[in-house]
Amino acid sequence: MIRKESTAGRVTRVAFLTLWLVITVFPLYWITITSFKAPGDIFAFPIAYWPKNFSLENYSGLFGKARFGDYLSNSLIVATVAGTVATAISVLSAYVLARFEFRSKSALLMAALVTQMIPSFIALGPLYMMMTQLNLVDNRLGLILVYIAVCIPFSTVMLRGFFENIPDALEEAAMIDGCSRFGALFRVLLPVMKPGIVAAFIFNFVNCWNELFLSVTLMNSDANKTIPTALNGFISSFNIDWGSMSAAAVLTIVPTMVLFAFASRHIVQGLTSGAVKG
Amino acid sequence: MSLSTSKEAGRPTRRGARPAPVKTAGPRPRSRKPAFTVRRGLAIAGFMAPAVLFVAVFTYYPMVSGSQMAFRNWNLNDLTDTSWVGIRNFQAIFRDPVFYTVLDNTLIWVVASLVPQLVIGFAIALWLRRRFRFRGLYQALVFFPWAISGFLIGILFRWMFNSEFGVVNDLLSKAGLIDEPVPWLAEPKTAMAAVVIANIWYGVTFFAIMILAALQSIPDELYEAAELDGAGKVRTLFQVTIPYIRATLALTVLLRVIWIFNFPDIIFGMTGGGPSNETHIVTTWMITITQQGDYGKASALGLVVVALLMVFSVFYLMATREKKGARS
Repeated sequence: MIRKESTAGRVTRVAFLTLWLVITVFPLYWITITSFKAPGDIFAFPIAYWPKNFSLENYSGLFGKARFGDYLSNSLIVATVAGTVATAISVLSAYVLARFEFRSKSALLMAALVTQMIPSFIALGPLYMMMTQLNLVDNRLGLILVYIAVCIPFSTVMLRGFFENIPDALEEAAMIDGCSRFGALFRVLLPVMKPGIVAAFIFNFVNCWNELFLSVTLMNSDANKTIPTALNGFISSFNIDWGSMSAAAVLTIVPTMVLFAFASRHIVQGLTSGAVKG
Repeated sequence: MSLSTSKEAGRPTRRGARPAPVKTAGPRPRSRKPAFTVRRGLAIAGFMAPAVLFVAVFTYYPMVSGSQMAFRNWNLNDLTDTSWVGIRNFQAIFRDPVFYTVLDNTLIWVVASLVPQLVIGFAIALWLRRRFRFRGLYQALVFFPWAISGFLIGILFRWMFNSEFGVVNDLLSKAGLIDEPVPWLAEPKTAMAAVVIANIWYGVTFFAIMILAALQSIPDELYEAAELDGAGKVRTLFQVTIPYIRATLALTVLLRVIWIFNFPDIIFGMTGGGPSNETHIVTTWMITITQQGDYGKASALGLVVVALLMVFSVFYLMATREKKGARS
């Protein structure tokens, strides 16, 4: 397919790709190494690229001093519930947008696109006031509802792409066999869509897990903080406790990385299908 | 529904990437566009309702009411008088000297991040086109910045750019490039450079993924023809590869411009807009103003952002479309 590669070309390619891999991985290596240094060693010269003695002190401190267990469970509950509900709702809307023609369709797609374009921060103030009236400020349910709304547009577009990759013949065959359209969706289409749905869920989960500005605005008591909000609290104080910070960062990153590793192929497919086709 | 049919029907989808066998099933002119029926209408409405409802209530309603706040005196510290003030919030923005620093910074932030992201991302995509043994693993590893929030990336780089204990200064001095530690995040210029570096690190992957997907759609025949014509590597790149994926490239760049413009997370985690407002971009400044409670001014700034992005998008789309017309 591509012409034969010269030796020089091969060396450049391997060198460049390796260099970029090192650049990509290094920050993660560095924060991990920092988190395993004893608090005193973090601020010691010369800077150690491999800790002299591994210490779990930063991690134990997180669960002792800070209420990291609470933050962790808040984040887990909010991201799981919001991610699941948003994915379920998006499956329905994506299905309709992929399989039906109707007048307001392009307007709906446009409306989904606009939410990605307008800076969401314009909504922060009014959202806070609205949630105050609904008595949903500093309330996990409130944050969940908002996150669902944030996730829906993109995951609808992503899932629509997956639906469109499945030929209509599949449902038609099921419907000829006496399935209702609804039955065809649930019994035939969804099983085939499973990788796409899992990818959309993971994408939504990770976005909710990582979200900062909405949760900073809506959650103000310590017991209700999500992890990013708590991390933000660590830096607003004048001095940053880099020991706790690095440990907290590692604990935040690891779950999302594991999830992405499972689904990265499908997420990539979901991200690219729309743009490359259009 | 009988089991056997579902199996039969299930087979072609497994090969969703190769739709050819399905198409041979016969010409099927728009079979999914039946006449309007109440049932069908209800089904569409019912399936769309939850999504529309959520987005309308929790995204559009606050956005719209946020927009009208821009024309009101709306300060969280004093809500006794929230009367209409016309364009006073906009005047306050345009009179604020910080606004012009912020505009400059936003321009630097977008251009200086985007260009290297595009170039490096393109190079990686070109080099990843060739199969090699651990390509899948490589892609997964290089993809991982996308699992991390911008805010955390800001924190990661804040720690690496720490002037005393940061690894960046340590590496640079080991390499003999600097004699004494650079106070990266304390000086406006170096702080801006540092946040841009963090953003490049983050954004290259997106371009690499999008461009790689586009590259894989180029038919091999084009390359064969170019080779037969004796076109060199560089010429093939500029006369075959780039023209073919131009539409994807143009769209990806537009998406990224909007995205980077609206992306305060890295700066928020890394410098918080400091030192003394020198690394604020429009959106980080907007957050600061919101946190100060001046919702009127923040909303006005938000509308300025929307206007800027719309004007840019229109010009950009016009420019990229014109070229397409000229080529054909």
